[in-house]
Amino acid sequence: MLLGKSLTEILALIKNKKISSKEVIDYFLRRIEKYNPKLNVYLTVNRSWKPDKIEVPIAVKDNFCTCGIRTTASSKVLENFIPPYESTVTKRLIESSFFILGKTNMDAWAHGSSTETSDFGPTKNPWDLSRCSGGSSGGSAAAVSSYLAPAAIGSETAGSIRQPASWSGVIGLKPTYGRVSRYGLIAMASSLDCPGPMTLTTEDAAFILKIIAGKDKFDATTTTNEVPDYLASLKKKKKFIIGVTDEYLNGVDEEIKEAFYQLMKILEKLGHKIKKIRLLPPKYSISVYTIIQRAEVSSNLARYDGIRYGNDRTFFGSEAKKRIMLGTFVLSYGYYNDYYKKAQKVRTLIIEDFKKAFHEVDMILAPTTPIAALKLGEFEKYPFFGELMDVLAEPGAIAGVCAISFPFGLTKKENLPIGLQLMGRWFEEENILNLTYQIEKETDFLGVIKKGLKNYPD
Amino acid sequence: MSDDYKPVIGLEIHIELKTSSKMFCQCSSFYFGKSPNTQVCPVCLGLPGALPVPNKKAIDWTILIGKALNCRINSFSKFDRKHYFYPDLPKGYQISQYDEPIAVNGQIEIIKKDKSNNVFSKKIFRIRRIHLEEDTGKLIHSKNGTLIDFNRSGVPLVEIVTEPDFDNSNDVKQFLEELQVIIRYLGVSDADMEKGTMRMEPNISILNKKSKVKSQKLPGYKVEVKNINSFRFVKKAIDYEIKRQIEILKEGITPLQETRGFDEKKGVTYSQRKKEEASDYRYFPEPDIPPLVFSKEYINSIKVPELPLQKVERYVSSFGIRYEEAFILTRDKNLADYFENIDKKFKTKISNLNLKIKNPSQIIANYLVNKKISSQLSADEFINKLIENLKPKEVDKNLLEEVINKVLKDNQKAVLDYKKGKTNAIMFLVGQVMKEMKGKVEARMVKEEIERRINQ
Repeated sequence: MLLGKSLTEILALIKNKKISSKEVIDYFLRRIEKYNPKLNVYLTVNRSWKPDKIEVPIAVKDNFCTCGIRTTASSKVLENFIPPYESTVTKRLIESSFFILGKTNMDAWAHGSSTETSDFGPTKNPWDLSRCSGGSSGGSAAAVSSYLAPAAIGSETAGSIRQPASWSGVIGLKPTYGRVSRYGLIAMASSLDCPGPMTLTTEDAAFILKIIAGKDKFDATTTTNEVPDYLASLKKKKKFIIGVTDEYLNGVDEEIKEAFYQLMKILEKLGHKIKKIRLLPPKYSISVYTIIQRAEVSSNLARYDGIRYGNDRTFFGSEAKKRIMLGTFVLSYGYYNDYYKKAQKVRTLIIEDFKKAFHEVDMILAPTTPIAALKLGEFEKYPFFGELMDVLAEPGAIAGVCAISFPFGLTKKENLPIGLQLMGRWFEEENILNLTYQIEKETDFLGVIKKGLKNYPD
Repeated sequence: MSDDYKPVIGLEIHIELKTSSKMFCQCSSFYFGKSPNTQVCPVCLGLPGALPVPNKKAIDWTILIGKALNCRINSFSKFDRKHYFYPDLPKGYQISQYDEPIAVNGQIEIIKKDKSNNVFSKKIFRIRRIHLEEDTGKLIHSKNGTLIDFNRSGVPLVEIVTEPDFDNSNDVKQFLEELQVIIRYLGVSDADMEKGTMRMEPNISILNKKSKVKSQKLPGYKVEVKNINSFRFVKKAIDYEIKRQIEILKEGITPLQETRGFDEKKGVTYSQRKKEEASDYRYFPEPDIPPLVFSKEYINSIKVPELPLQKVERYVSSFGIRYEEAFILTRDKNLADYFENIDKKFKTKISNLNLKIKNPSQIIANYLVNKKISSQLSADEFINKLIENLKPKEVDKNLLEEVINKVLKDNQKAVLDYKKGKTNAIMFLVGQVMKEMKGKVEARMVKEEIERRINQ
């Protein structure tokens, strides 16, 4: 009865007393018991639900501090860390009657695009257990895709929500930088990190965003911009000018390109205008992102110096060590100007590039990833694997714009989900959600989400 | 000191602000005497995911200090991360300011008095920059190991850096005293060296004037001295360093660039850490805090109160009191306020009572400075006591006559001397009478009486 029900549907059932919170939570705990050993989605399952409460479950990536619930960021360094405080995102969820069902696997410290850098083993792709679910929010994506949670919270620095959403066949929303508080989110690259929802429906994404967005007095980078009622505004049939650009199709798999062209036609049919634009090639964003992210990582991981948290620096995995070293190098005296400062300048150019584009169009449509989910272990062949897999997500992340990835069909050869994305103007989540909703209503994402759930019966 | 060697001294001063909350979190910044690790939260403990939110008051107060020290306030400023590993630094970096400090290019003026000819002169010492940062935790070393107390972690700390304008320890001491008084006037810190709310590190080097490098303006090394907790020790440490470095230079050796500690018991400095290479703090802009932008209007809205030396000038020019008393009265703002309050009330009172008193302000100043009447009294009590003290004393006329008779009789020689024209002799007689009367009579009155009697 529950299988595949969206978060908002479950809420309605609970509200109408068709089902109790207990039944819902027990249902998901049963499913976790059944499928988690196979998929490795959850690192910690929360069984502390108090029966008197009316709550709806949600999965949370393991880099959000949850008071009293172990939080590891998938690193052995924090293997035994139980936060004494609640992140703003989870606090707002709890205050809105959400129950934290468990903490999901991720790349250690969010360093990666496959969850393979997790010190607790990779999360398998629910569509093909020999493949990655993507990353770094791979656990959250797989949790939703295999219905081990009706929805999940992920975090993105550059691609970490959109890419696993794309590979696992769910919706992933990366809000504008500053839209959602980072307080209590274990920092990866502070100037880019962004929490966001991963869901089965556009409605759920809008619903969750409304709860977690908005000014937080504990995060100085959150803005006071008003939080619109995303859910209510979904139903307005807005017409948009949608930009497309050849720069985002270079090296993209043919089947993914086909899906992209197919959607372009549907959008035109729906009365939207497609406009060709030019954007800086995404490859520049890789260099900028690599430098800025590594620099901030080296700084943010400095606190794990072995004095607190139990485990010392020898517990860092090789990916973290590589990033710390590169980041330390680019910030070193004499190199700062050549690397970090120059990267910041190019970042400004990339922001300007998006500003220019958004003068012409309301949003930009592009593939989310150049290819569908890779096999486990393949990332070792590429030293900058994450950057390559996230190449189409990085420019938007660097510019701080909002973006959403949604499934759009399956590859014919391997039956793997294809993800497309919409990038919108800063703080215009309302618009990208609105168009995604229109696409969902028109195409049902070509049935991807429903097909995925069929593999995981109760 | 040999004329060939000129000390070059610059100062780094840290002032802990007494804002009620810490620099980047809501914790109380009053940690003194509190049990360890009771004034802490995720932010000042640097827990995973915690974020800093800057304290507006601390920023305003830094602007205020900048303005009081005649600095230019930068309209754009930002915080930066300064990385180094130390157990008392929970994030592995300190949030500080690197290339865009809040205030730059200021100066402090001190008044030097030449004792031999009573001439005053001004001396100006330049301030290079003033920036805001967070304090660290404290290590407590014990037999069983080292413990960390994070109560102090995140308390706002202002760093004031001077230009290397000093060449002797007296000027340094006077500068620091002046700075301390200014900071206390602003009400932003207790600036207490012993409690550690004011800390200072002098950088000392010696310029060899005979050096072959003609264009040399600054020596090619510097020695920083740490752990000094009183002005007296600052002077001692600097004097010791100057002597030590000159001795090394005389042997033709350049002293090592290093950080030295000060041993207050022995009065010597000792090597702590060699600093041959500049440390690399890997500064970069703090991404968790948006840049600070101050409009002209905003900077103007932060008002500097009357500062101690301005008060001295006003006391001298409008109250007509001497520089010495004016200086002492204005060292403590409470005392200065007390003085002005008494002065106002006293003047009203004497005009109501129709008393004629010459330069009443100077009299009050004298009484306050010499502590003849306690400044713990209320202003009204103080005035009553003062008036009592100034009233002509009731004299027992009979007793006075008796005493004068006795003194004149016992000191015939002095009387004769006076009559011969040695007018000074009368002061001896007055003194004798005063002694007998135990001071309960005015000298002027005694003098008149003796003159009258001798000239009869």
